[in-house]
Amino acid sequence: MIRRLFIGSVWLYFALLLVGPILYLAVHSFDEGIAAFWNEVTRPDALHGFLLTIEITAIVLVLNLIFGTITALVLVRQHFIGRTILSGVIDLPFSVSPVIAGFMLILLFGPETILGTFFGTLGVKVLFAMPAMVLATLFATFPFVVRELTPLLQTIGTDAEEAARTLGANEWQVFLKVTLPMLRWGFVYGATLTVARAIGEFGAVLVVSGNILLVTQTATLHIYQSYVDFNYVGANAVALQDAQQDRLAIREA
Amino acid sequence: MKIEVRGLRKQFGSVQAVSDVSFEVKEGELLGLLGPSGSGKTTVLRLIAGLETPSGGDIYIDGKRVNDLSVQDRNIGFVFQHYALFKHLTVFENIAFGLKIKKWQPADITQRVAELLQLMSLDSLEHRYPHQLSGGQRQRVAIARSLAPRPSVLLLDEPFGAVDAKVRQELREWLIRLHDRLNVTSLFVTHDQEEAMEVSGRIIVFSKGKLEQIGSPAEVYEEPATEFVARFIGAMNILEGTVLNGVVKIGSLEFPAPTIPDQVQLQVGFRPYYVKISEEPTRYRQTATLRHIYFLGVAYRLEIETAEGLILRSRMNKEEFRQYRFEVGQPVSFAVTQFRFLPQEGISFPSSALPQLLDAGPLTP
Repeated sequence: MIRRLFIGSVWLYFALLLVGPILYLAVHSFDEGIAAFWNEVTRPDALHGFLLTIEITAIVLVLNLIFGTITALVLVRQHFIGRTILSGVIDLPFSVSPVIAGFMLILLFGPETILGTFFGTLGVKVLFAMPAMVLATLFATFPFVVRELTPLLQTIGTDAEEAARTLGANEWQVFLKVTLPMLRWGFVYGATLTVARAIGEFGAVLVVSGNILLVTQTATLHIYQSYVDFNYVGANAVALQDAQQDRLAIREA
Repeated sequence: MKIEVRGLRKQFGSVQAVSDVSFEVKEGELLGLLGPSGSGKTTVLRLIAGLETPSGGDIYIDGKRVNDLSVQDRNIGFVFQHYALFKHLTVFENIAFGLKIKKWQPADITQRVAELLQLMSLDSLEHRYPHQLSGGQRQRVAIARSLAPRPSVLLLDEPFGAVDAKVRQELREWLIRLHDRLNVTSLFVTHDQEEAMEVSGRIIVFSKGKLEQIGSPAEVYEEPATEFVARFIGAMNILEGTVLNGVVKIGSLEFPAPTIPDQVQLQVGFRPYYVKISEEPTRYRQTATLRHIYFLGVAYRLEIETAEGLILRSRMNKEEFRQYRFEVGQPVSFAVTQFRFLPQEGISFPSSALPQLLDAGPLTP
């Protein structure tokens, strides 16, 4: 009896929090018919938003996998002064509001700052352009890969790698044939979380992108804009696509 | 191929893990490195393998100095305590790993792996993953993997430490047979004295990074070179005393030491089965109280306490034990039938001065 009560409450919780809202979103995307839905999704600004989101996500994913792996390896394998501090700082993005993170980038790369002037003279536009949006998304997603890999690296230890060395494998072969394959599930989970978060990142991206239509408006920003403009079908439709992308990313993983 | 180590040293920070160790593993020998945990025996093994760099000394494999050779180029087989198998590879792929690295032809690899699978009684398991194997099977795969590229020497680090007692016994016997068959020069590390005695032709006893003794199992057992070896290999009663007028007197026990100068402090050691006990109070010269009786399966251990509070351990087989009617708390008589003086650090006297065997009292009333 109590067991059923527990199982039932879990179902209810899921229904209210997850299934309900998603179903509602799916149904109301078609309030004005399939044609209207299709129109909204294929509008140039919506399409541009999708493409931009995919681009940013791809760049962020690649960078996170590379630097996340290096960071995790260094944190677990190397003993150096300040290691615990570094390890604590990695979680910082989780505790900083994305809007504040975006604001920090504005302060850092603003036109009156050293960095801002430097890039300005080079003719590279950082703020309200791709670089700042990638930086903001990187900031928010950096912990995922590192946090998946560190516990894995700790349990794996170095025995298998040493065994490979005694069998004649050089450092590069050890890394490719032993270390990376043993970390594969960590990569899968880390990548999944990174992709999901990168697609959905809003606060930081809103602040640094300027939300310029057809230039720096991502899919998520497009939804926000449509919502603000009372275009509920458009918001719902793009949101549904957005959710779909998220789901696909997770399923692929 | 023989292994030779000369004046080997290894320092980790301020800790001297291995200090000035020299020994030789003969061609085709199976030699056991025995010592308590933290005694530096694993470090010695890792130094020979090239997994650690020595702070001093030389390592020779097959007469060639290998100090400057990387672990990859030393052509050694290394077996880890916790198997260290590649979890993402099958048994076949694990064994083939070293062969692929060394660019063997695929047909040769298949043949060599099949050979090893059969040798290790692992046939039919080649497509399994390590997590689908038992502990004993995993360790056999690990040994097969290390042997596959035909290493010149085989180094095993506590190879049976992670399996349960019954499997450990099976693996030991199996390792002896394997070694008889392959005759590859092998060095294996263990903290289990029984295992070392059973498996190895010769034993090196290690303590605190130093080599204490090297010899056959019988030698280290019967003639321990140091107090540490005496205590570590098998059980031994060890008492301390000072020589006076050619005798070491400890309580009512007297151990003749005619050739040793007065005032020398000594340790007297005797195995438990050299302590004879009888419930008849006048059978032996010494008296004591029986404190404990332990049943060990094949034998009994008895603990007695003398009037001066010395606790001595005695051991007798079941048949012997049944001839008496021992009860805890009863007075007994006893005699020490054999003993030896143990060399101590900082004290040296010619070994000819050591009476090796001596009766300490009449055996009949």
